[in-house]
Amino acid sequence: MSDFIEWGALAQVAVAGLVVGAGIPALFALGLRLLTQPAAGAAGAADGAEGAAQPVRRSVPRVVGATLCLGVVVGVLALGLTFLVTGGH
Amino acid sequence: MTETILLVLVVVTALAFDFTNGFHDTGNAMATSIATRALKPKTAVALSAVLNLVGAFLSLAVAATIAKGLVDADVITLPVVFAGLVGGIVWNLVTWLLGLPSSSSHALVGGVIGAVLAAVGTSGVLWTGVLSKVLVPALLAPAIAIGVAAAGTWLVARLTRGLPQDTTSRHFRWGQVGSASLVSLAHGTNDAQKSMGIILLALIAGGAVPEDSGVPFWVIVSCALAMAVGTYLGGWRVIRTLGKGLVEIDTRQGMAAETSSAAVILLSSHFGFSLSTTHVATGSVLGSGVGMPGAKVRWGVAGRMVVAWLLTLPAAGLVGALCHWLEAGLGGTAGVLAVAFVLVASSTAIWLASRRKPVDHTNVNDEWEGDAVAAPAEAAAAGAATAAPAVAPLTDPEAFAAVVDAATTDAATTKENVHA
Repeated sequence: MSDFIEWGALAQVAVAGLVVGAGIPALFALGLRLLTQPAAGAAGAADGAEGAAQPVRRSVPRVVGATLCLGVVVGVLALGLTFLVTGGH
Repeated sequence: MTETILLVLVVVTALAFDFTNGFHDTGNAMATSIATRALKPKTAVALSAVLNLVGAFLSLAVAATIAKGLVDADVITLPVVFAGLVGGIVWNLVTWLLGLPSSSSHALVGGVIGAVLAAVGTSGVLWTGVLSKVLVPALLAPAIAIGVAAAGTWLVARLTRGLPQDTTSRHFRWGQVGSASLVSLAHGTNDAQKSMGIILLALIAGGAVPEDSGVPFWVIVSCALAMAVGTYLGGWRVIRTLGKGLVEIDTRQGMAAETSSAAVILLSSHFGFSLSTTHVATGSVLGSGVGMPGAKVRWGVAGRMVVAWLLTLPAAGLVGALCHWLEAGLGGTAGVLAVAFVLVASSTAIWLASRRKPVDHTNVNDEWEGDAVAAPAEAAAAGAATAAPAVAPLTDPEAFAAVVDAATTDAATTKENVHA
């Protein structure tokens, strides 16, 4: 079967796909979680540091963590765009 | 005279294929955003159309090759390409009528292989290439995508546990639209160049442009526009199946699914292991159902899709072969015009059939009913195609109805404002 399946490329796609494809939504969710007190009503803003006017207490580590998480998400999105625009396909 | 007619017909047919390609594949990127109401249906298809248009202009590294490594390059003549295009378009329209997402590039490749078989026999087809570049990836793409999306969805579900639902759905909506946009752009950069390549090949073969010519500007513009218009018209039937038929989806699953699609598509082209956008997108949607605790996946619908994927190559090939025989049998201008007539007639017939039960932006999100219960023959195949024996009862109408009920109940319970 090895003639018919490029195992190397397949493994790379599967592993990298898992890291990026599952990791990004997870980071996004983690970022949201850090910005939102569980079950404390609506709060939070997508871009992190500046929040909505809800009286939710956010410690500095939480905000820093969330900013990191969401920053990575935006960074990977930009990387994907660059890949497409520079004709890496 | 025949040469000129054939050249014009190939160019027009390639644009028509490009149109069906956009039309058929809108759902790959936008079905989940439409289903979760992250975007209004019309807004979603408009966004996708614009991104496909932009993508088409970005992809100018067009090689004048078609089905490279799949068929003997020497046997690719204009009549063969024409018959192959007709095969691809007809199969795209049939699967659209049935609301089944199937790969547009597989349809084209199938049509061309069929025409080559009719023209020179089995010696013209490179079977190893067909197996390793088309058939095996068709099985692996959904498997990888299911795994990635299921993992992503599961992680997201864990991490958002206990969070207020209106907050998560508002933010995940943005994540979903962003990742879906990347899928649309990737589609434009990948798929528009297929039609550009065919038209360039035809122009070179017809002597209209020199051998070493780049893609003429009018070809780029017309291909980009044909795909964008097709995308904007939206293959609502396919969108409905992908967005509502497989899994009842929320914005968290939508974002996980689209991110999985975008990541797998971009990474596979980066690593030179080309996978079909359609297969990846469908796998991702399925995976978002597999990974979400308590979500129901309609495996019967998924089974029908797998059957359609397996049929794509032979079915488009059969149409391609029949067209080539018709072309060669009548010969000359008459043969070419007869095939063009077949294309127009069958397209019209399919369109008329679709009007009996139209799906458009107004009813694309209606509650999914058991209309996808497979006919007995198909049900057997669907049952065989799904791996887990436990899901076989899903092909039984009553069990299916129970699943639909359960899914509806689930949808109702998620209205509580905190994620379980």
